Amino acid sequence: MSLVRTETARTGFRLSFGGGPLPLYLGSAILLAWFVLAVLAPLVAPYDPIFQDGTARLQPPNLNHWLGTDNFGRDILSRIIWGARIDLQIALFGVVFPFLIGTALGSCAGYFGGWIDTVLMRIIDVVLAFPFLVLMMAIIVILKPGLSSFYVAMALVGWVSYARLVRAQILVIKSADFVLAATSLGYGHSRIMFRHLLPNAILGSVVFSMSDAVLVLLNGAAISYLGLGVQPPTAEWGIMIAEGQSFITSAWWITTFPGIAIVTLAMGFSLLADGLGELLGVRE
Amino acid sequence: MSETLLDETILSVRDLAVVSTGGGTTETILDRVSFDLKRGEILGLVGESGSGKSMTSRALIRLLPSNRLSVSGGQAFLNGRDILALDDKAMRAVRGGSIGMIFQNPSSHLDPVMTIGKQIAESIRFHKSVGKGEARRQAVDILRQVGIPDPERRFDAYPHEFSGGMRQRAMIAVALACDPDILIADEPTTALDVTVQAQILKLLTDLRDTRGVSIIFITHDLGVVSQVCDRVAVMYGGRIVELGGKREVIGQGRHPYTAGLVACQPAEGSPGERVRTIHGQPPRVGHMPEGCRFHPRCPKVSERCSMVSPELELAAPGHQVACHYPITQRLAEVAT
Repeated sequence: MSLVRTETARTGFRLSFGGGPLPLYLGSAILLAWFVLAVLAPLVAPYDPIFQDGTARLQPPNLNHWLGTDNFGRDILSRIIWGARIDLQIALFGVVFPFLIGTALGSCAGYFGGWIDTVLMRIIDVVLAFPFLVLMMAIIVILKPGLSSFYVAMALVGWVSYARLVRAQILVIKSADFVLAATSLGYGHSRIMFRHLLPNAILGSVVFSMSDAVLVLLNGAAISYLGLGVQPPTAEWGIMIAEGQSFITSAWWITTFPGIAIVTLAMGFSLLADGLGELLGVRE
Repeated sequence: MSETLLDETILSVRDLAVVSTGGGTTETILDRVSFDLKRGEILGLVGESGSGKSMTSRALIRLLPSNRLSVSGGQAFLNGRDILALDDKAMRAVRGGSIGMIFQNPSSHLDPVMTIGKQIAESIRFHKSVGKGEARRQAVDILRQVGIPDPERRFDAYPHEFSGGMRQRAMIAVALACDPDILIADEPTTALDVTVQAQILKLLTDLRDTRGVSIIFITHDLGVVSQVCDRVAVMYGGRIVELGGKREVIGQGRHPYTAGLVACQPAEGSPGERVRTIHGQPPRVGHMPEGCRFHPRCPKVSERCSMVSPELELAAPGHQVACHYPITQRLAEVAT
């Protein structure tokens, strides 16, 4: 019975749980957990994240400081919990602005074509010609290091992926029959674009934005690590890693725990992206 | 239909011409297409693939399938107003407002991510200034009129939740939403199975009877034409070659092409006999023959046919033919 065998082979690869794909639930659970921690930070965190306790420097994980302390005697666990606020904010804003700009420009390029398309695609080529991180660093340095500059740089550099994605989708569906039908009802360009084309084209971008959040998060941490993003003594995971790196052989806990925090949050986004893609039938 | 309604001409197309430009050459796609459509009338546009029947309908709503194509001449008077001369804004009000389109494939011509009801209500709100609740009420009413059961609930259904026949009803509802004077139905039953096909044809004739809407019915199926149409225009190579009442054109076609088409119907032969065909291929764009475009395939061809293109002329009251040598009595052997 070859039919039965292929059926089991297929379900064997696709773990599912409660009707939806498992990664969706797993990813949402991780993100939700971090979100709750971030919101409840003042209640949950055992210490003030920037309070320096001179008597408790470089303590390994113990009962008072579960994840140990850094070289200023600050509690790592509290800093990670407070840092979640900033890192979630980075992932959110770092995705939303590029998403909006890229979608708007990409759909115009795809729908109208012609010189608009040519100009936009050349701009995208130019942006892509620079290494991503170098371009971002250049913009941030010009603007003045800080989180808001990071968001501006992210928007200026990150929109290109969304623009290309949406443009490609619009190109495919703008010749679809239902668009002709909408035109035959007398609808103008903007109505067709925003009410009929975009809702059909946006799914891929939504799924992509989830995996993009991973990259943005790592970027934000990297930029902060380089001293261009969040400024000390604010608790942020990238800075914590940067500050702890000189103690990596003597006090491993200063860098390891923020690192694990980044990995779990990134995994949450990544799993959510996979799950969403499977649920909505979008393949990247 | 009462005779008084049939007397009122709602659309009058005169010498409609469409050309394709590109690569330095200009090709005639539609040539001198002229016909009248009366209120409450169903006019069939019949012809092979590429004969220009769909092109005619697309030219009327000025949505030609490629930007290499353009209307190069002619007028189309809708209620006395030439819609070929309107600006874009006025034309958008005509589309969907005065002329509704029904397409061949209902599965692909409905927006897959918008509910059926919203698509109808959107059209109503776009063309009439009514509120959201009123648009919804009217949309439900139209869904009921096109025979969709439980319209209140179906309003919130997506196209994929409908069957093929239901989707076609839904598309008719979208086209009807703004109470257009004319429905253009481009092969509306081709993608449906036979029983559903009969229901949709019945729905269209019912709508004509109840709402007095005129229908341009594009099809290649002569059987469908004889079921629903009042008059028929036969198209070949971008021209109307014969135009008249359904009975006259299909029963006593004057043009050799019409006669050939009728003879090709499987029902015309006796059981076991091979289905007849018209020999040769329809002309392709860029390779249109000189003179009468049918002459290379015509059984009655003469020298004059290859030089002079015949005009559409009155052969009998209400019956026009574009042929130098129209058939005066039934020829048995027009097709081989």
